Amino acid sequence: MPRGFGAAGSNVVSVVSGFSRTYNELNMKTATPAKGTLPERKRLFTTISGRPVEELYTPDDIASLDYQRDLADPGEFPYTRGIHPTGYRGKLWTMRQFAGFGTPEETNERYRQLLKAGGTGLSVAFDLPTLMGRDPDHELSLGEVGKCGVNVTSLADMETLFDGIDLAGITTSMTINSPASMIFAMYLVVAEKQGGGWRSLSGTIQNDILKEFIAQKEYIYPPRPSMRLITDVFTFCVEHVPRWNTISVSGYHIREAGATAAQELAFTLRDGVEYVQYGVDAGLDVDEFAPRLSFFFNSHSDFFEEIAKYRAARRIWAHVMRDRFKAKSPRSWQLRFHSQTAGVSLTAQQPYNNVVRTALQAMAAVLGGTQSLHTNSLDEALALPTADAATLALRTQQIIAHETGVTNIVDPLGGSYFVEKLTRDLEEETLAYFDTIDRMGGMVEAIEQGYPQREIAESSYRFQQAVEQRDKVIVGVNDFVAADHQPIQLLYIDDSASVRQLEKLERLRATRDNGRVQRALDVLKEGAKGAVNTMPLLIEAVRAYATVGEMCDALREVWGEYEETPII
Amino acid sequence: MSQKIRVVIAKPGLDGHDRGAKVIARALRDAGMEVIYTGLRQTPEQIVAAALQEDADAIGLSILSGAHMHICPRLMELLGEKGLQDVLVVVGGIIPDVDIPKLNEMGIRGVFLPGTPMQDIVDFINRNARSRVGI
Repeated sequence: MPRGFGAAGSNVVSVVSGFSRTYNELNMKTATPAKGTLPERKRLFTTISGRPVEELYTPDDIASLDYQRDLADPGEFPYTRGIHPTGYRGKLWTMRQFAGFGTPEETNERYRQLLKAGGTGLSVAFDLPTLMGRDPDHELSLGEVGKCGVNVTSLADMETLFDGIDLAGITTSMTINSPASMIFAMYLVVAEKQGGGWRSLSGTIQNDILKEFIAQKEYIYPPRPSMRLITDVFTFCVEHVPRWNTISVSGYHIREAGATAAQELAFTLRDGVEYVQYGVDAGLDVDEFAPRLSFFFNSHSDFFEEIAKYRAARRIWAHVMRDRFKAKSPRSWQLRFHSQTAGVSLTAQQPYNNVVRTALQAMAAVLGGTQSLHTNSLDEALALPTADAATLALRTQQIIAHETGVTNIVDPLGGSYFVEKLTRDLEEETLAYFDTIDRMGGMVEAIEQGYPQREIAESSYRFQQAVEQRDKVIVGVNDFVAADHQPIQLLYIDDSASVRQLEKLERLRATRDNGRVQRALDVLKEGAKGAVNTMPLLIEAVRAYATVGEMCDALREVWGEYEETPII
Repeated sequence: MSQKIRVVIAKPGLDGHDRGAKVIARALRDAGMEVIYTGLRQTPEQIVAAALQEDADAIGLSILSGAHMHICPRLMELLGEKGLQDVLVVVGGIIPDVDIPKLNEMGIRGVFLPGTPMQDIVDFINRNARSRVGI
């Protein structure tokens, strides 16, 4: 019996709660007998993150929401419904396909093809030696050169990578973290050599070391000097490259490592808080650098949970920036994000199914208001994508953009009882994680204690068990399994890239001014011991054609290397 | 009382994507095996040293980067040198079909691709790990 329903005049006082209770009552009346005749397929229905989901959501579930305060029109604080008043009507998202393999020559060719096919931005995938700051001739580079991305050893490779591509006319995203400053320095010098200035240059470096410690594990230095490299980039860009996105705070890898949607959201946004705090502590005005921060989220298979995640992200970030950091500029409040469909959801079995998975995941990212998107290729559980598979992935985005009609409306799911409830739940869960991490002293401290790593390991194991028990069905893997295995055409990367990169490195060392290289590296080391900004020192080393490995080694000598205690 | 199977789980190469390695390590442990996880970026030399020191019955490698055709031959060669030919070696990760027979030929008996049920790997190791009877 609804409280207050029988009191005199109460039908006027509690219109909202009166109606919503009626909705729930009605539902119980119809659903309960229905369950008797047709029992539900499962005892408990959950999202892919294990979040329990009710059969129906009603106005009751969003009774506490206030439209102006909690949602607001797109373009208005707290941006739950989007940061642009007109959504995709003015400008579609950037279709940015992550690509790179083999030598800079081969990747340059793929980039030209992607741009010709209508891609609107580039996204560089580097190989593991580059990502780990090792030259091709280092013992740990054995077999890794050019395999997972393009190998870039020195400025000479960067010049080749962007040969014939006008850097002033595109935006480039570079997925690079530990050696982000070194690679960014190379990009700046290439732009300069093409005759372009830095002030108008636009693009993104991932530059997010915290998620490396948490999830992807491509770290070099301990957390604190790593954070200094990042704040050096913030400071440098405020003055010299004001349109550059200095960091892409990434949940993608956190999710791929096994986090739930809420954990992805919480750890990513809390990483963002950490970077802003370090920037402020380094003496920057929050509104000077916060507008250049961007985010990168996964777009996984649980459709509504993902859409709610993006909406919650915008609302939480707006509040954090305005209330916690006292930012004044709306541009500091607005969370912009790139998204990528979930690599981890792709299956080696029946690979064509991956096209469907990717399309649905991409749709979630679009309905969540992404600013740019990468769609995975169908063959990526098996290898790096072939050119045809990469083109199909791009076509998937173009079909969503131009054929489905979803881009005509801003935040079409706003007001959905379920989506709004999920948005609120994810927000609350995130804020609870913020409290825990704040109590630990911050994200750097939480990482040092292994906290997010442990949380993720736990979730990933629980998910795997759910798959084993077929509580979660993966089509073609634990159900609907095909009897025969049809091989598909794959991109096979041989060792020729390694051979060629080693030759080029040898030639470089024989022809460059090695005295100038050494001097630049010595200055870099001295600078790293002190407190000067490392960016100008790296730019000088890059101009002298110092290699990624040489620059990273110089800093290894000063700062040492990080070793984690593995958490299973 | 039968002795537990001892398994070294290792991540060779530069790659840091350790979700698979960690999930497998835990599944094997839950299945009653003694699991030693080496952590990241282990050279074949370090992995063989760990297997020797830990008296391992099996080694599980997780390789997603495409470097398997460099890492595996070196590892098998070193195992031979140390007289550890009877240690079962399995590999999991992103392995193109064409490489599977080559890996089998060099003595790697199990190659597990994405989507393999954990139970299959547990069963395989239970069936094929070197016997501890009489050790």
